[in-house]
Amino acid sequence: MGSRLTAEDVTLGYGERMVSTRVSLAVPDGAFTAIVGPNACGKSTLLKAFVRLLTPSSGTVRLDGRDVSGHRPKMFARQVGFLPQGLIAPENIVVRRLVARGRYPHQSLLAAGSAADEEAVRSAMAVAGVTDLAERPVEELSGGQRQRVWIAMVLAQETPYLLLDEPTTFLDITHQYDLLALFARLRDEGRTIVAVLHDINQACRFADHIVAMKGGRVVAQGAPADVVDAALMQEVFGLPSIVMANPVTGTPMVVPTV
Amino acid sequence: MTLRAGPVVVQVERRTAAVSSGLVAVAAVLALVALCYGQAWASPTEVFTALFSGDESGFVIREWRLPRVTAALVFGASLGLAGAIFQNLTRNALGSPDVIGLDAGAYTGALVAITMLNGTAGQLAAGSVTGGLLAAAVIYLLSLNSGLSGLRLVVIGIAVNAMLTALNSWIVLRAEIDVALAATGWNAGSLNGIDWAEARLPFAIVALLVLLLVVLSNEMHQAALGDEVARTTGVRLGRLRLLMVLAGVGCTATVTAVAGPVVFIALAAPQIGRRLARAAGVPLVPAALTGAVLLLAADLVAQLLLAPVALPVGVVTTAIGGCYLIWLLGMEVKRSG
Ligand SMILES: Nc1ncnc2c1ncn2[C@@H]1O[C@H](COP(=O)(O)OP(=O)(O)OP(=O)(O)O)[C@@H](O)[C@H]1O
Ligand SMILES: [Mg+2]
Repeated sequence: MGSRLTAEDVTLGYGERMVSTRVSLAVPDGAFTAIVGPNACGKSTLLKAFVRLLTPSSGTVRLDGRDVSGHRPKMFARQVGFLPQGLIAPENIVVRRLVARGRYPHQSLLAAGSAADEEAVRSAMAVAGVTDLAERPVEELSGGQRQRVWIAMVLAQETPYLLLDEPTTFLDITHQYDLLALFARLRDEGRTIVAVLHDINQACRFADHIVAMKGGRVVAQGAPADVVDAALMQEVFGLPSIVMANPVTGTPMVVPTV
Repeated sequence: MTLRAGPVVVQVERRTAAVSSGLVAVAAVLALVALCYGQAWASPTEVFTALFSGDESGFVIREWRLPRVTAALVFGASLGLAGAIFQNLTRNALGSPDVIGLDAGAYTGALVAITMLNGTAGQLAAGSVTGGLLAAAVIYLLSLNSGLSGLRLVVIGIAVNAMLTALNSWIVLRAEIDVALAATGWNAGSLNGIDWAEARLPFAIVALLVLLLVVLSNEMHQAALGDEVARTTGVRLGRLRLLMVLAGVGCTATVTAVAGPVVFIALAAPQIGRRLARAAGVPLVPAALTGAVLLLAADLVAQLLLAPVALPVGVVTTAIGGCYLIWLLGMEVKRSG
């Protein structure tokens, strides 16, 4: 499996505060990668480096062999879509308009709204299950509905790479599984998905590749069955647990023993 | 609602379109009233004859009243735009150029152009823009470590405004008496006696800036989604902000160069427009139209209040603006307290 999107020996931090030193990660193409790890271990920070929101103080993040900072912003945004954590919509914007903002990288200076744009927005709203909300102001929606609207916005961007920071937050269990199944479907269509997930069992069940982080470092990575075991749970989360086979899928299932 | 003109497709909220049409209608009525008003009231019929026939009897309306009315509309729109741009940049209703000292800075630049140079129209415009940009740079540097948005930048701006205002008084005091007199009258912000010759250059500059804003409008909307989403969808935020500051300072300094500092319009018009249109962020078109209506109305009041003496329009806007500012500060302190 190749990797067009890679981080090599990157050191990341905010001003004086160092988060990661010399971390490397090659995102497997056409796969669904889940990043797991405790709070504040640097998952979001690493994603931000991949989408050029954070410039590494050393090392390089590359797309197609070229430093990501050398790509033209709109061109890069047609390749890589990103859903940050904790977004707040502007006041008074309705769902359809917000989702349509995902089309920005595909639009020229003045023309906003081609037929392709309209189709992408329509299908993104349908896939994210927000079609019925199209004319509602975003601030009047529930937390989970809002989260799905933002997901629709990134989907409308129609990028081969999709990086999502905790996309399942605020969602009820049905919508969580719907969303993860959607990512698996997108992966089957050839897209590359990277998502920060907190539910390790969901990560094992849906992802092809698990990246476990702790204290800014990548502690382990590989197929769920190869990396997720009681020792890893103890090392990364400090959580005593037993790991058994998920009765439905056979993937690793973590049951904490505390 | 989708508007198409050749390759240009613009999405417009229905309510924004309705509010904008309403504001255009109000502006048209006010403009007609202002064209009728003078030492002797003209009837609307006389105004239309004067505008479209070009005969000798319509001279006063065409060459005296029309440039003044047009200037009020164009400058009002320009100030409304400047206010909306800076309120978007600072994400604060108080972050308008007249409050944070950009007008005062532009006025300093213009005063320098008058007292030290010859004070030609070109020098005035260049001096104002330079002064406004310098003030913006100072405020930017002073608020660098607290971020561009928020009340802190506004407070720093208010302090800069106070210092620049003091500096302006000092320059006027030191100046030759005739220059000082001219500068003081102009200090209040006035459209008295403006003619086409004087208005040509500022109109052209405002038109260019509006063109720039049209080009930037889509990017500005995108930026309203927050820094992270804006940048990951391809907005060059640094460049956009720089261009916005240039356009905003240009809009306010152009008006200052011709009419002197006219406060309140930039502060209030964007907020009134936003509330009328109930639109996302601080939209530019309603801000510009509201600004045009406000300045024209204020100029009418300034002419009518103590007729036949015409007050500087800035006196009227300062009076109303002071009250509005106190109310807004109260709201703002309540919100952040
Ligand atoms: N904008 C910022 N400025 C300064 N420090 C930051 C900033 N964002 C994150 N940090 C710090 O960097 C470290 C890593 O944060 P990061 O957001 O990457 O964690 P995370 O793994 O995504 O955690 P979570 O699961 O809670 O989202 C934390 O110690 C955090 O306090
Ligand atoms: Mg995080």
